[in-house]
Amino acid sequence: MDKILRVDMGAEGGPQFRTEPVGEFAGLGGRAMTTAIISKEVHPLCHPLGAENKLVIAPGSLSGTSASMSGRISVGCKSPLTGGIKESNAGGQAAQVLARLGYAAIVLEGKPEGDDLYKIFINKDGVEISVDNSLKNLPNYPLIEKLRGQYSDRAAYMTIGTAGEMKLLAASIACTDPEKRPTRHCGRGGTGAVMGAKRVKAIILDDTGLKMRPPKDPEKFRDANRRFVEGLRKHTITGEGLPAYGTNVLTNVMNEAGAYPTNNFRTGRFENAAKISGEVQAELEVKRGGLATHGCHRGCVIQCSGVYNDKDGKYVTKQPEYETVWAHGGNCGIDDLDVIARLDFLDDNFGVDTMDTGAAVGVAMEAGLIPWGDGAGAIRLVEEIGKGTPLGRILGCGAEVTGKVFGVERVPVCKGQAMAAYDPRSVMGIGVTYATSTQGADHTAGYSVGPNVLKSGGDLDPLKPEGQVEMSRNLQIATAAVDSTGMCLFIAFPLLDQPETFQALLDMIGAFHGIAMTGDDVTALGKSILKKERDFNTRAGFTKHHDRLPRFFLKEPIPPHNVTFQVTDEDLDKVFNW
Amino acid sequence: MRITVKLFATFRKGRFDAEVREVPPGTTVSQIVEEVDLPEREIGIVLVNSRHAILSRVLADGDTLAIFPLVGGG
Repeated sequence: MDKILRVDMGAEGGPQFRTEPVGEFAGLGGRAMTTAIISKEVHPLCHPLGAENKLVIAPGSLSGTSASMSGRISVGCKSPLTGGIKESNAGGQAAQVLARLGYAAIVLEGKPEGDDLYKIFINKDGVEISVDNSLKNLPNYPLIEKLRGQYSDRAAYMTIGTAGEMKLLAASIACTDPEKRPTRHCGRGGTGAVMGAKRVKAIILDDTGLKMRPPKDPEKFRDANRRFVEGLRKHTITGEGLPAYGTNVLTNVMNEAGAYPTNNFRTGRFENAAKISGEVQAELEVKRGGLATHGCHRGCVIQCSGVYNDKDGKYVTKQPEYETVWAHGGNCGIDDLDVIARLDFLDDNFGVDTMDTGAAVGVAMEAGLIPWGDGAGAIRLVEEIGKGTPLGRILGCGAEVTGKVFGVERVPVCKGQAMAAYDPRSVMGIGVTYATSTQGADHTAGYSVGPNVLKSGGDLDPLKPEGQVEMSRNLQIATAAVDSTGMCLFIAFPLLDQPETFQALLDMIGAFHGIAMTGDDVTALGKSILKKERDFNTRAGFTKHHDRLPRFFLKEPIPPHNVTFQVTDEDLDKVFNW
Repeated sequence: MRITVKLFATFRKGRFDAEVREVPPGTTVSQIVEEVDLPEREIGIVLVNSRHAILSRVLADGDTLAIFPLVGGG
């Protein structure tokens, strides 16, 4: 990974590319890379869909090696959804393949005139950019089907669906999984709209003829990876719960804890949660000939994904994730897994974030467009997104826009981005992360749910404000660093609980680069990323007043605990004081 | 007194999802854990009436006890 591919989509006479040495960005991966380039090169006041914005795609620093779990790819830009800096990462095959091709980043710059749609093909022999208007208006599944016939079986695809072409604010970038299904999405923050604005429909990455990236010290690297994998296997979360039930194992936990946002954050408990729980979902998947255990990329040992079939055994979608099952399920009063799976498929196919889309449907229900629990109605609404009707475009721009258009006050967003499946009143630690993250409401930016509710990585009372700021700060720093390695964030559970597994990761990074790595190096990396992101957001016009939850979380107590969010504004302002 | 015991994820295997049980006053979470033969070191989360509780917690009539192995996701 010693080079950067820069593609000027707005060059005179058509898109031009150049390959340059990685230079000052050497050693950076994932979020560290996307943030470094965006914060240095993108004007913070630019229009996110204009020629001045850039879309940076970067594999993690360990991607493309034999390190387990290293298949996350980061995409960065100025977000059209939040107006701030964005890093959205996904699994799938793209990170490993791009890293083996030797690129530390692809930077899409400029914006072409006219309506032509482009695809970019990259293999060991070079880069080919071509117009392909036959791809216009294709949703992700038929798009991949069409492209697959033209490229090697080893190719990985990064694509936008119809939502990206329409530049909707919740548009995602899809990454194909090992079976070439467009199921793993850089979902958050509208990165797909930026790719659409640059008129790039598909990036095809083919690593035929290339090998794994070699570590500087192969023996130490192998040994560290072995200890790392051992640690993941022996930890109950990554070794048992996630493989058996997937992320949706959380539905019952969060619901029992009274922290499951139901009917657009009106209550913390959904009476039919058990029907859409991970336990029920896994059993149904196996019964219908799908899979309850599946890896989103090669080299994954956790295998938290799965395959969801319909009652006739026909593929519907990948196993819907916890956040999706919540956003389209309990958040909308919907208790039917088949409806939720259909919505998950539609989101993936049109290429929109399942969280912001589910939250938008919840807000539409709040506005009275359809009743709570109306599954058929929810499917109709999401189909509007694919059709590009005015209503569909509104919903495809996420919860905030939907709330504004329909005059709804209860809109669960921070910096324009929808919250995830944890109520910030009954899990105050995640409220701190939602409010202060550089990314808008983003549970993964500092997953305080671990120590608050799951009792992993610490133990803090979720219903009290004490200690939440410090916890969120430490997790936001650690997460920024993990997001730079290409490692799946779920390694954080064993990492925080088992010092020897954390050491194994440090040793693995060290052996790869031929250096000694310490915990302090990881912290320093995380802090430097957050500092750049905060600085970009400040220059983009964000102040401390943007680091706040919507006021209804401070005014409306949520049952069953009947609490409001209690962390003070003064304390929220201390998150980035270190 | 009567309490409701709910089990989740791997703890359901060979046991039950939810059961109402008659127990003597003064019964602790620990005693229930022993009764239903759960490996104590595998217990991740204990909730009594939706609030986190410790194993020595004394249960009251009408309580709902939810026991999970260590789970995570998100």
